[in-house]
Amino acid sequence: MSATNQAESGQATPIAMAAMTPTSQAVANEPRIAIKNLDFYYGTHKALKGINLNLADKQVTGMIGPSGCGKSTLLRVLNRMYDLYPGQRATGEAMLDGQNIIAPGLDLNRLRSKIGMVFQKPTPFPMSIYNNIAFGVKLHEKLTKSQMDERVEWSLTRAALWGEVKDRLNAPAGGMSGGQQQRLCIARTIAVRPEVILFDEPTSALDPISTLKIEELIDELKSEFTIAIVTHNMQQAARCADQVAFFYLGELVEVGSATQMFTAPREKRTQEYITGRFG
Amino acid sequence: MASDAEHIVKSFENELNRLRTKIAEMGGMVELQVVNACEAVVNRNADAATAAVSADPAVDAAEREMEQFVIRLLALRQPVAGDLRRIVSALKITGDLERIGDYAANVAKRSVVLQQFSLPFTLSGLAHMGELVQENLKSIIDAVGDSDTEKALEVWRSDERIDAIYNALFRELITYMMEDPRNITPCTHLLFIAKNLERIGDHATNIAETLYYSVTGEPLTSARPKGDTSAYAVVRPGRE
Repeated sequence: MSATNQAESGQATPIAMAAMTPTSQAVANEPRIAIKNLDFYYGTHKALKGINLNLADKQVTGMIGPSGCGKSTLLRVLNRMYDLYPGQRATGEAMLDGQNIIAPGLDLNRLRSKIGMVFQKPTPFPMSIYNNIAFGVKLHEKLTKSQMDERVEWSLTRAALWGEVKDRLNAPAGGMSGGQQQRLCIARTIAVRPEVILFDEPTSALDPISTLKIEELIDELKSEFTIAIVTHNMQQAARCADQVAFFYLGELVEVGSATQMFTAPREKRTQEYITGRFG
Repeated sequence: MASDAEHIVKSFENELNRLRTKIAEMGGMVELQVVNACEAVVNRNADAATAAVSADPAVDAAEREMEQFVIRLLALRQPVAGDLRRIVSALKITGDLERIGDYAANVAKRSVVLQQFSLPFTLSGLAHMGELVQENLKSIIDAVGDSDTEKALEVWRSDERIDAIYNALFRELITYMMEDPRNITPCTHLLFIAKNLERIGDHATNIAETLYYSVTGEPLTSARPKGDTSAYAVVRPGRE
């Protein structure tokens, strides 16, 4: 593969990437997740081919590419969602805190408390706003009532939702607007204090203003969390991401700072995709 | 990086092509202005002077039109990568072309004043400088039309020759002024004319830099060979 990606020189850390692109102010942090030679199979179909990518600590990595390019698959690998489906398997490495995420025998509950995920459609549980958040926390921690109250407030505040719901914490979550529900899902995700948050097209079902609120939220969350966001909206990747990775047909074609990728991509396929010439 | 493939949205592809057509049109207008301006000075041609000056409003209008067009494209198409570079470059290039038009008009105006004087020297140096400037301008406008970075680099490098002639002219004209104070008025105008031509050359190199970035995505950063040293030039009277 002739791609310009991080592993090509074997030692191209994010720091080296930043040095190659002097306009980049991003991608300077240590990797939180280091993915090496990752392959993924749906049965016999190879959906990811030799992926090498670092998710830099406390930065936003945007993943773009046409439908079926493997970007959502990569997110599914990172929190082992594929384990639920027989016939799906991954090989290679995705290191988080010195552990290979895809190694067999890994404690999945523990993994999923470290790596949270937010989906395309808001998926509130059919319970109160308060319990939506407390539910996940209870699985991992024993908190007193007042500690739990604090945690719920903290999560909702971090998700920029506290002001809107603090007077109706016991109301059913289903009664909220779509944008609020999505922020509730983000609050629920951060309530268990993960290290990494994966967003799979988090705003594709939302109106433009709710979308901007989520984007602003992502920008704030990156001070504490490492974030990966899959999006079909190229402008969203440009707005949110520090680092952008372009996938095509299961390959990582190119990764670079958002500035570099959207002003002067190195690969012709990247250029053609992001300018709307194929895909 | 230039794209060979067409944009999925045909109307956007057409708009991108229109950028190129507009630059070519404006480039043609400005090129003719410079030709007329040089002709007006070197051959004392009053009609050419009039033509160069009267073309200016149309050039200014072309620049404004490009500005509107580019703002519209940025707002409605939100271009990225090669498209973004192409659109922003088009705006910058028309800015340079507009300045070139201004300089040409100024040269033409001064040629009218010059016609009132009989010059006891030839204008062969200035004529040669004018030819080189016209050559570079034509090359760079062609290069923009063909996205030809090699040609752009040629123009970028060859501006040094224009600067060298300018320096020689600067000294030559000061010498004439020292020889005979009656030369001061025409020579001052000639100095401005030479400076204007030199500036036209500089704008041609600006266009070369912009084109290079637009096509490759890399800025042309290494220092350009520069030869205009007239800012430091001193010509002292001989001690006889």
